[in-house]
Amino acid sequence: MIVADRKSLQEILAMVEDDKEILIAGCKGCVTVCNAGGLKEVEILASSIKIARKKQGKDIDIEIEVLERQCDNEYIAGISEKVGNYDAVISLACGVGPQFLSEMYPDQTFYPGVNTTFLGGATQHGVWEERCAGCGTCAIHDFGGLCPIARCAKSLMNGPCGGSSQGICEVNKEIVCIWDLIVRKKMEAGKLADLMGVKGVKNWKSARHGGPRKSIREELVQGNI
Amino acid sequence: MRLSYPADVKIIQVPCTGRVDILHLLNAIEDGADGVYVAGCLEGECHYIEGNLKARRKVEYVKRTLTELGIEPERVQMYNLSSAQGARFAEIANEMVSQIRELGPSPVKKNNAA
Amino acid sequence: MSKLKSGSNLEKVLKAGHFAFTGECGPPKGANVAHLKEKFKYLKGNVDAVNITDNQTAVVRMSSMAGSALMIQEGLEPNFQMVCRDRNRLAIMSDILGAYALGIRNILCLSGDHQTFGNHPEAKNVHDIDSMQLIALVKKMRDQGKFMNGEDIDVPPKMFIGAACNPFADPYEYRVYRLANKITAGADFIQTQCIFNMDKFRDFMKKVVDMGLHEKCYILAGVTPMKNAGMANFMSKYVPGMDIPDSLVKRLKGVDKRDQSEEGIRFALEQVEEFKGMEGVAGVHMMAIEWEHMVPEIAERAGVLPRPVV
Repeated sequence: MIVADRKSLQEILAMVEDDKEILIAGCKGCVTVCNAGGLKEVEILASSIKIARKKQGKDIDIEIEVLERQCDNEYIAGISEKVGNYDAVISLACGVGPQFLSEMYPDQTFYPGVNTTFLGGATQHGVWEERCAGCGTCAIHDFGGLCPIARCAKSLMNGPCGGSSQGICEVNKEIVCIWDLIVRKKMEAGKLADLMGVKGVKNWKSARHGGPRKSIREELVQGNI
Repeated sequence: MRLSYPADVKIIQVPCTGRVDILHLLNAIEDGADGVYVAGCLEGECHYIEGNLKARRKVEYVKRTLTELGIEPERVQMYNLSSAQGARFAEIANEMVSQIRELGPSPVKKNNAA
Repeated sequence: MSKLKSGSNLEKVLKAGHFAFTGECGPPKGANVAHLKEKFKYLKGNVDAVNITDNQTAVVRMSSMAGSALMIQEGLEPNFQMVCRDRNRLAIMSDILGAYALGIRNILCLSGDHQTFGNHPEAKNVHDIDSMQLIALVKKMRDQGKFMNGEDIDVPPKMFIGAACNPFADPYEYRVYRLANKITAGADFIQTQCIFNMDKFRDFMKKVVDMGLHEKCYILAGVTPMKNAGMANFMSKYVPGMDIPDSLVKRLKGVDKRDQSEEGIRFALEQVEEFKGMEGVAGVHMMAIEWEHMVPEIAERAGVLPRPVV
C-alpha cells in the first residue's frame, strides 16, 4: 500500500497560519493502515493545532471528516455541501487525495498534511518498508521474488555493487543490501547459474520516466474515455 | 412461429444480459463450448437501462482474452434484438452455428480428456 | 586476444606480456587546468596509463572527459572513467563517442558511489543502466558498430574496455562470479579496488585462476599507499567497500608520526613485489590519490621503471 508520514506540525501550522476555520480530512484507506491519516491521526492533528493556537492566544475552529477513500470522486462528493464553509482543508490522505479534492472543489484550498513516500508493507507493527517502485514491468521472479529496482539504492539489475558490505547497503546501515539477499538465496537454492550472464537493460517507459500514467479497464468504462 | 433453429444451441435464460458475467463466458469456453453468444435487447431499449451495454463490454473483454490465448475471438459474440423478433432469433442462431462450424471444434476440446 | 581492439598503450603493454603499471589522478574541484597539469608531470613516463576519476565518491570535480582530453594534450594516456550514476544511456553513448573523438582509448565502466556520500546528497541519481550493461554496451558499440537500439554508428569507438572489481565486498563467495560476468559482458581489463587484506586477495586470486578468468582478461591489482594511520582509519570508516586489516593500522600506528608515510609506502612496495609474481595478476594499479608527486619515487623503488615502450 501507499505509505506516508505526517508532515511536521511546524509545516502544517505554517500552512494554516491565517485560517480561522478548517476541515481536517482523513482517509480510511492506506493512510489509516500506516497510521498517518486515519481517524485517530486526524483527531490528534486537530488537538495539536488547537493547542498551538491556544498557546498563541488565538483560536481556530476545526471540523474533522474521515472519508472512505479520497481517491474516488464518489466518496469525495460526500463533502460537497460543507466544503465551502472553511478557509482551508488539510487532507491527510496520500498525495492523490488532496489532488482529487482540488479538482472537484477548485474554489477551496487543500493542503497536503502528509508526505507520501513509497509503496510498501509493514514488516512489523509500526514499521513500513519500501518494496515496490511502480516501474510498470515487474520481473521479481527473475530475482528470486525480490525487487532490485525498488530495493537497491542504484536499481542495479546485475548487482551487488562494490559497496555492499556484510549484507548492508553502502548508503546507510539501516538498509539491507537486496543483492546480498538475492545472491544468497540463489546460492542456497543451488541456482547461481540464474545470475550468470548480463540482465538486459530496463525499459523505463512504463515507469514514471515515460510520463504520467493511466490504467484503463476497457470493460468497465461507460461511454468514451 | 414454429421457426426452427439448430439443436446445437443451448439456451440459458437470464432476466437481463447485464446479469451475464465474464466468468460465465470463459467457463463455457473452458468447459468445451465451441461458441458462446449473448443475445440482449436492442441498444437503447434495455429494460434495466444499461445491462445490454455492460454485456457488450464484457463480450469484448472475453474476445480480447481469447485472442491473447490464441483462440478465435469470433467464438464469442454479442447480438441485439427485441423479444418480438422471433425470426431474427432463429436467424442469429443459424448464423452463429454456421460460423462456429466453419471455425471447427474448439481447440480446448482436443485437450479436454473427455 | 589476437588483434588489437583499441591500440591503446595500456592494451599494447599488456598484450606484449609486460607487467602493467597504471596510475590515477583526481581532477580538481574547479576548472583549474594548471593544477591538473602539475599532477600530470609526476605521472608522465612513470605509468602506462592514468585513470581520471568521474565525480568520485559523488564529489563534484572537473569531468573525467575533460581531464582525459587535457591529459592527451600533455602526452599521457588516460583511462577515462565513466559512472552510471550521473548519466542516462543517451548521455553515455554520446560521451563514449565524444571520448573516442578526443583520442581517448581506454574506458573504465563503473556504477558510481551513491550520491548521498558526496557533497550534493540531495541530487537525483540516474542509474538508467548498470556497470555490467555499460560494459556490454561499449563492446556492442566497438565490435558491432551499433548503438544500443541496433542503429549503425558511422565511426565506431574502438575502446579498450575496463571494469572494476572489489574482492572485499560481500557476498564474498559471489565476487568471483560477478567478475566472470563482467568478463563475459566484454571487459578486457580489470582494476581491483585497493587491496590491504592480502590474505583475502590471495584467496580470491586462487578462485580467479581456477576459473581461468585471468586468461580471458587482464587483472590489475589495486594498491593505495597509506599516508598515515589517520588515513587508514578514515578509509576504513568512510569509504565504501574497504577492507583494512587491524594489523596494517597497528603497523602504521607503531611508528612515529613522521615515519608513517614511509611505512605506508613500504607496505605498498611489498605488495607490488608480491603481485609481480602472483599468478593471474597482470599488473598493478597505483592509486596515489592527492599524492601524485610520490609516484615517481614509488615507481622507482618498485622497480617498474622504465615503463616499456611498445
